[in-house]
Amino acid sequence: MKQKIVIIDYHTGNIHSVVKAMNQFNDIVVEVSNNPQVIASADKIILPGVGHFGNAMNTLTNLGLIDALNKHVLTNKKPVLGICLGMQLMASASAEGNCEGLNWIPGKVERLQVTNSTQFKIPHNGWNTLNTVKQNAILSGISSEEAFYFVHAYQYKPTDATDVLCTSTYENPFVSGIARENIFGVQFHPEKSHDQGVQLFQNFIQL
Amino acid sequence: MFRPRIIPVLLLQNNGLVKTQRFKSPNYIGDPINAVRLFNEFQADELVFLDIQASKSGRCIAEELVQAISAETRMPFAVGGGISNCHQIRTLMNAGAEKIIIGNAAIDNPAFVAEATSQFGASSIAVCIDVVKTMFGKQVVYQHKKNKKTRLNPVEFAQLMEQKGAGELIIQSVDNDGMMTGYDAALIQLIATHVNIPIVALGGARSLENMKTVYQQSFPSGLAAGSLFVYHGKMKGVLINYPDTKSFFL
Repeated sequence: MKQKIVIIDYHTGNIHSVVKAMNQFNDIVVEVSNNPQVIASADKIILPGVGHFGNAMNTLTNLGLIDALNKHVLTNKKPVLGICLGMQLMASASAEGNCEGLNWIPGKVERLQVTNSTQFKIPHNGWNTLNTVKQNAILSGISSEEAFYFVHAYQYKPTDATDVLCTSTYENPFVSGIARENIFGVQFHPEKSHDQGVQLFQNFIQL
Repeated sequence: MFRPRIIPVLLLQNNGLVKTQRFKSPNYIGDPINAVRLFNEFQADELVFLDIQASKSGRCIAEELVQAISAETRMPFAVGGGISNCHQIRTLMNAGAEKIIIGNAAIDNPAFVAEATSQFGASSIAVCIDVVKTMFGKQVVYQHKKNKKTRLNPVEFAQLMEQKGAGELIIQSVDNDGMMTGYDAALIQLIATHVNIPIVALGGARSLENMKTVYQQSFPSGLAAGSLFVYHGKMKGVLINYPDTKSFFL
């Protein structure tokens, strides 16, 4: 049977590009849903997201998705990939909307800090490379030369440094990827990052 | 290492691609979807589509066209042209646009920018500010819809747009549009030092070297161009092209 990947639709920002990117793969079934029963049928989950942390958590709560996500990610250990805001939601809390997160990988989400605000404007929007902190299959075949597309004003600060997958530098280093067991998060947008983005999705599919 | 976005700006008229000079004499370039396919091959950073007839015709860029573009693009893309209410933004984002560019409506009704950014998030909303020189050499904001030089000071208007929550400002020199004589580097630097949000330089780009120079001077987060990416050589033959972005810092 084909592997089923469910992209969580919680009405935040634009998920077209994620759906389009996943539909390029022939050997998987892709479904977009916010129905807990559909999420239960998933082999893997993608948590996308652009927008405001507080609003996103409210929507997840109102859609009744928090329990379902916790069950499948924390208890059933289904692989999950959070993208951008979807990664930040995995934290304990965020300064954006001063609100609690899913708390899958303990840490705080804070605004990016820069000293030279002429050169380094916020949001960080452009292409940036990754410095691998720990080896993981999700980054397989991706070199330190390859740049990914970023657009964000907040950064994830994990409590435990061993959860850091990779960092990137925008004046100062920040965490651009996290990983703990079945849980993965990336601050950049693989769905908008050409071949290297496709490679990351391919790695996720092959986990 | 961080690298700014290098952005082809594609102008649309009657569903075809055109390129202007100083906002006049649109020259037919080709089919927009063909251009998208080529820019996919080049792995372009981002694309901007502006319907240059929309605001003058009292409509906004067509949903069907945005859908067709979205079906083909493999990179982020922004659309603009006649967008003046949140209902239109919702429709265009549902059609697949990642970023919305507001131009004329930001001049007529600055509060609309605030409404749009609070509803869709700052990173989804950019404002395009067209700047033109008056007879006396002073720079003012130009309003394309009315073919009119306003009395607005570009720095003050840029700061107003920042206050209204715009996520990004595209700073376009009307005088340099299509001339390929180089960006208005002084204008880009002036705006860059007076706002704290990302800006994109547009108008007059001559070469990748020109982009590097302006980046080192003012650090715009995007370097956009029209002619540079659709013409080739002194005779300006139509040829869709794009630089090797990996060489940007070499």
